[in-house]
Amino acid sequence: MFKIIMAFYYLITAFIAALIFWNFWLEKKKVDRLILYLLVLIPMILRLLRIK
Amino acid sequence: MIRIKIVLLIILVIILTISGFQLYHHRHYQIPIVAGPGVTRVLKLSHYLPSLKGSMADTWVFFLEGQEPGGKVLILGNTHANEPEGLLTALVIIENGQVEKGTVIIIPQFNHSASRFTRPGDGYPLFFEIPTSWGKKKFRMGNREASPLDQWPDPDVYIHYPERQLLSFLDARNVNRTWPGRPNGLPMEQVTFAAMELIRQERVDLVIDIHGAETMFPVTNCIVAPEKSAKLATMVSLTVKAMEKFDNHVEPSPPKFRGLSHREIGDYSEAMPFLLEAPIPFLDQPTGPKTERLLLDGRDPFLLRLARKKKLFVPYDETGWPMDKRVGQHLSVTLELLKQYSRRTPDRAIVIHNVPRYAEVVEHGVGYYFVNPSTVSPDKIYFN
Repeated sequence: MFKIIMAFYYLITAFIAALIFWNFWLEKKKVDRLILYLLVLIPMILRLLRIK
Repeated sequence: MIRIKIVLLIILVIILTISGFQLYHHRHYQIPIVAGPGVTRVLKLSHYLPSLKGSMADTWVFFLEGQEPGGKVLILGNTHANEPEGLLTALVIIENGQVEKGTVIIIPQFNHSASRFTRPGDGYPLFFEIPTSWGKKKFRMGNREASPLDQWPDPDVYIHYPERQLLSFLDARNVNRTWPGRPNGLPMEQVTFAAMELIRQERVDLVIDIHGAETMFPVTNCIVAPEKSAKLATMVSLTVKAMEKFDNHVEPSPPKFRGLSHREIGDYSEAMPFLLEAPIPFLDQPTGPKTERLLLDGRDPFLLRLARKKKLFVPYDETGWPMDKRVGQHLSVTLELLKQYSRRTPDRAIVIHNVPRYAEVVEHGVGYYFVNPSTVSPDKIYFN
């Protein structure tokens, strides 16, 4: 049961990471927002790669 | 705009590559543990709970058995992997100890997952090195809780089993809040349940859980003991004060604070638990940078100023609180617990030789007692 819940959390993380990257790609004007999107992405990528 | 995005993505990849490599190296770095001449048997903790097998929560259990039957003691190091004196104390006993009577059981990296996870965000070093006569022995700096890579997500509130006390969400990954555990619980509950099974099946008499605590925290430089262990702890405290000239007072284990080793082991088994605390200035909040040097020598100018204002719970001067002193205290208190227990119950005596005491460790340094792994047979070296 614990492992199934953990797997779901990885799926949720991947989904949110994709959403953030999509927002990054669509952003046309504000550079500060681009930086913020990437900063938020860092822990998600490290978690998805099972590094941290 | 596209150019800016590409530049930012390249910067992201560089940051991820540098940090990812360092963190991956930390998680996968292996610390060699040399099984000394006194080690007679080595098992995995999963021997007592097979569901742990193959997971990061599984860990080595070393048995040092004497020729004569007697009592049994379980020594736990790295319950909190950011308090490395526990690991170093356990390794000194594993690499040097020789048991004449009874059995000494040692789990040097009790929260194995926590030893592969640290806090770079808090400025913690990833590694630390202990000088020895043959070079430097390198260790991973761990964390208080298990890695979220091995137990995730955290609950909003951790409900302790079986007492149902509400604890911090982080404590679900803290093996000093998950005692006595359960076989089908979270991985850290399984770790403590496996240790409880070890205690029950091996008929362990004493359990010694080795820690470090902040100098600004009142429960430091002490032996925490429940009612059943209090007399023995008091005798040991008085003896080390008189004979070895260091303080180690006795703190009662609070009966209403659940999940701790010094409470649950005593309540859920026949064993007498003890939790040893030595001051570790590195963990205090108002210090300078969290460097490897601060971890090893415990010297900090801010703590010194606080000590002069009497804000610390331990004596503190320019010499700090070095690792050798912390490990030396733990070894002396551990040996004295075995000695006093053996005197009180001769039929369950535990007699161990060749383990240094406080004065010897302070004189020679803890590294003096570590064996060079390259000089021993590979079958004597264990990697978790």
